[in-house]
Order: sequence, then C-alpha cells, then structure tokens
Amino acid sequence: MLYREAGQFKTSYAADMAIFPIRQDRIALILLLLFAFVGIPLLANFQLWPLGSDYMLRAILIPFLILSLAAIGVNILVGYCGQISLGSGAFMAIGAYSAYKFGSGVHIPLEFLGTEISIPPLPLFASVMLGGLMSAIVGILFGIPSLRIKGLYLAVATLAAQFFFDWVFLRVKWFTNYAPSGSVAAPDLHFFGYLVHSPIERYLLCLAFVTVFALIAKNLVRGNIGRQWMAIRDMDIAAELMGIRPLYAKLTAFAVSSFIVGVAGALWAFVYLGAWEPLAFNIDRSLQLLFMVIIGGLGSILGSFLGAAFILILPIMLDQVPHALGIPVSVETVSHLVFIVTGALICYLLIVEPHGFARLWSIAKEKLRLWPFPY
Amino acid sequence: MVVFGQFLEVLIGGLLAGVLYSLVALGFVLIFKASGVFNFAQGAMVLLAGLALVRSLDFMVARGIPTWAAIVLALMFAAVVMAITAALIQKFVLGPLVNQDGLSLFMATIGITFVIEGAGQMIFGSDVYPLRLFPTDAWFVLGGIFDGGLLVSKIDVWGGLIAGALVAVLAIFFQRTKTGRALRAVADDHAAAESVGIPITWIWFVVWLVAGLVALTAATVWGTKLGVQFSIVFLALKALPVLIIGGFTSVPGAIVGGLIVGAGEKIAEVYLGQLIGGGIEYWFAYVLALAVLLVRPQGLFGERIIERI
Repeated sequence: MLYREAGQFKTSYAADMAIFPIRQDRIALILLLLFAFVGIPLLANFQLWPLGSDYMLRAILIPFLILSLAAIGVNILVGYCGQISLGSGAFMAIGAYSAYKFGSGVHIPLEFLGTEISIPPLPLFASVMLGGLMSAIVGILFGIPSLRIKGLYLAVATLAAQFFFDWVFLRVKWFTNYAPSGSVAAPDLHFFGYLVHSPIERYLLCLAFVTVFALIAKNLVRGNIGRQWMAIRDMDIAAELMGIRPLYAKLTAFAVSSFIVGVAGALWAFVYLGAWEPLAFNIDRSLQLLFMVIIGGLGSILGSFLGAAFILILPIMLDQVPHALGIPVSVETVSHLVFIVTGALICYLLIVEPHGFARLWSIAKEKLRLWPFPY
Repeated sequence: MVVFGQFLEVLIGGLLAGVLYSLVALGFVLIFKASGVFNFAQGAMVLLAGLALVRSLDFMVARGIPTWAAIVLALMFAAVVMAITAALIQKFVLGPLVNQDGLSLFMATIGITFVIEGAGQMIFGSDVYPLRLFPTDAWFVLGGIFDGGLLVSKIDVWGGLIAGALVAVLAIFFQRTKTGRALRAVADDHAAAESVGIPITWIWFVVWLVAGLVALTAATVWGTKLGVQFSIVFLALKALPVLIIGGFTSVPGAIVGGLIVGAGEKIAEVYLGQLIGGGIEYWFAYVLALAVLLVRPQGLFGERIIERI
C-alpha cells in the first residue's frame, strides 16, 4: 500500500536514471538524513533517550560512521570489482599516518642534493584528503599484482601490504615524528576555521564525510566505471573481450577503494581515537572490514552500513548480556564467548543468507510492494 | 671462513625453521586440494590441538601416570578432539555451504577460526603452557671445519624429521589406500566423484580429520619450541606465503615453499635487517611471495591455471 511505485511515471531519461527512482525511497532517505543531521544532535544536546550520555555518540555512532565509510571503500574493491583484499587495515593506516604527517608538517631533508622538502602543517580537511590520496597511490601500487593473479592468491598478496605497512609505521620513526613511544596524537581538529571538539561536533563531521562519500560511491558504482568493475568481477576474460580494459578497471577500483579507506583511516585516527599506535590498524581490522562487507552484502552500499552496524554492535551487545541477566562470568570468559558467538553467527549468516543483509533488505522491499495483496 | 660459517649457520637454522612452516602449510594444501576450501582455520586448529595435548598431558602427569603412557594417551585425546572438531565443521558449516563460491567458504573458515579460538581457550585455558616432548637444546656440528662449530637446534631437526615422515605417510595414504584415491578423485571433480559413488561428506570429514592430525603434529613441534599459546594462531598467517610460493595444490610445494621462506627470511633478517632496521622477518615472506606471484601466478609447483569462458 504505502511502498509502491505504481503511478510514478517517468517522463524523461534523467528521471528514469535517477539515483533513487522510487519516491518513497527518496522521502525515507531525506527523513533519515534529517534525523541524522538534526535529530540526533538535538537529542544529544538535550540529553534525551537514547543519547542521555556521550557514550552512544562516542562509542557507537562515531565508530559506526567511520567504519561504514571504510566498509564502503572495501566493498567497492571486493564487492563491485571482485578483488579480495585482506590489506584494508594497512590502507587505513596509510591514510591516518599520511594525514598526521601533513597535519603536523612534512619535512624531508635531502642532504645529498643540498636541499630539503618542507611543507607547512596543512589544515584538517586538506590533510585528510591528502591522506586518502596517499592511500590511493599505494593502493594502485599494490593493485598491480591483481592484473596477473586473482581470487584467494590475490587475497594473500594483499596481506603483504598489511604486514609491510604494520612494520613501516612501527619501525620507521619519521612517520611518528620520532615519538619515543611510537604512539602519536592527532592535532586539534580545525575544520575550515571551526574547532571540532565536542562529541556532537565530531559526530557531525564524520556524518558529513560519510554522506558525501556514500553519495559519490553510489553514483560511481551505477555509472560507467562501476559497470566496468562489475563486468570484471563477474568474469574478467569476458569483460576484456568486450573491450573493458582490465588494467584501467582494476586499478581505478584499487585507487577509489584505497582513497575512501584512507580517508576513513584518517577520520578513525583523528576523530575517533585521538591518539593511536600501529596496532590500531592491524590484520584484525582488515578481517573486521571484510566481515562487514560480506555480512552486509557484497556489492551494496547499503549493505556496508548494515554490516558495519552488525559487526560493531554485536560484541558490545554480547558484553552486556551476561551483566543484564545477572550471570557472574569473568571478563576473560566473556571475551572468549564473544569470539565464539561472533564466529558462529558469521558461519550461520553465510549459510542462511550468503548475499548478506542487503539481500534481506531487498526481499523485504519486494514483500512490501505486494503487501497487503500478495499474488 | 667465519663469514661463510655464519652464513651456513643462518641458512641451516632458516631451512629447519622453514620445515616447521611447511608443517602448517601442509594442512592448508590437503584441505584445499580435496575440497577447494581455503582453510584459514588451520592456525587455530594447531592451537586447539596443542591446548588439548598439553592440558591433558599435564592433567595425567599430575595424577601420577607414567610419562610415556601419559604422552600416548594425551596424543590420542588430542586426536579425538581434532576428529570431533572435523566432524562438527563438516556437519554444521561446510555441509550446508556446499557449492558456495570460494570467498564464502573462506569467510566461513574465518568464522570457524573465531569459534575454535574462543572455545579452545575457554575449555582448556588461555595461558602459555610449556610442552616438553622434544629436547630443546642445540648441537654444535662441524667444529673441525668452522671455528666453534655450527649451532643447530635439536628441536628444528626433530621438526624436519617429523615433517619428512609425515609427507611419506601422506604420500602412501594418497597413493595406496582406497580412501586416498577417493580423496584425489574428489579433488579433481566433486560432481564426477559423487556420481561414481564416492561418499563426499565422508571424504570431507576425512580431509578435515587429516588436516587436524597434521595440525596436531605441527602443535607438538611448535608447542615445544614456543610453548602452547595464543600466538600460535599467527603461524597460520606465516604459512600463507609458503603456500603462495609452493602453490596451493602441491604437497611438495608446501615443503619447498617452507624451506624457501624459512631460509629467505632468516638470511634477510641477518644480512638485510642491519641495513633497514630489524624485524623484517615480519613481512619478508609476504613480499617474497608477492614477487613469486608476479612471475608464476600459480606458485612454483601449482597446477597451471587454465581459464575458460
């Protein structure tokens, strides 16, 4: 009844190709964005349920937004272009450390040339974007092997990126500005002259980034380049025979994906963590991102959000359950239980719905279209 | 001569350490060959086998059972644990996931990894448990030729012997027994194997069981070397470049790949590490694997990848 496109006639090609062709979708999206941009800050400002304390914003919403952004990046590579990557954590790290270096001033002495490269500290927006750019460049470099190898072989090859950059950021002191502990702290967040400090402001900053990048990603994947990626994913040889250049398609996928993941990494470090060390971007992070993409749904922007929410919130919920039920269990047992339940749920979801939450969502929409008179 | 002696010592140490990587890689190859599943859980299985072994051994020794009997019983207990694990994995995860694509199966094994890690540590404890099955001191060999002799760790030699024996046993099993032949048939073509009457679920159980027993063997050696602890899981990650270099489908490849990785990373650490800062063992194997992939995408011994449209 409510969700039906009957009667919504398209009278131009532009309307037919619109990003959200169904009116109800547009309305729902606008409402959601309104709630996210206005409603949640208001609730948080007046400390109303469920945002009575900072916890909800700080520990759930901000990491959810940033990880969703990273998951979108991973989904472009894994879900749309079919190149499995286990190195996403490294690209987050590259984004974070590059943004840190640009934010605190780059200084490369080139003594043998009698000169040096000095870049003064850049503002937040520029350094985050440059972090993404650095990540994209490295992404292209590590994407080159994908032209020869594919599938699980490629997955292992991307592990090389992960371990190599773990080591680089741990051992090459230049990246951490020679901090003795190896941990670095983000500079103050000056966003176009405005100091982003409180959790609400941080949340809005992340939300702005995520909204813009999600729209860009959504448009990319339904455009020319996205179709090329999907053709490569579905069968690369056939795509090549049709005239799609694998070099261009694969490397753009690596570049775009790494860029988004790099920006997410910079936000993760600057906005969420504040101070961090290389461990924040290790192999576990890569696996977590891959899980989000698979559970959420390969090849779906919406799925990236759903997967991120699920993987992020599940351990938090599991932590609370024994407390809520009043069962006395040790912290250690709880952490093991979280492992078991997470693993079992992943297996279960893969069995019952291999296409992830996004598929469940589209089934629900199909059902809703026929309701209340299914034929 | 001193320089050469040092090089030889590093090389031997590396080769023998590489054999231990091969032990983990073997489990991967077996499962990949027989079911096309890229088994990320192999490292977790090594951990589980090690924990079951060391905890039951400690338990029985504390009850006053003679050590040799306790070792045999503990090995049997660990083998039973691995068999149960194999049966559970086959029944609840891989059975329902049959005919899914490689990525889903791979993700499922990551899920299995989590479950095994959590359950293993919850049941058997999560401390570092020392295991004393093999001597851990070292020999000094060829003292006449090299000043002071070459240092060769006994546990590494044991590891090498065990790996050799294991490969021999596996070769006989695959070539000479009925089940082994069925395994190879399944590896070639699932559907065709099933159509000639090979019970495919049973075969997959056997494969996971064999991989579990290989994991147990690896656990005895690694556990003696490092103590049974959580970080053993990361061995699995070290076994991945071994697989890449050797090829996913080749048992000899796993051995040779292990040797190359072991020797390569030790030599790189000693000679290259001085130049660019230590700890390059951490990533050297992966970069080596990447280099091999660029030249031979299927690894040194892998079956040629033929693509059809």
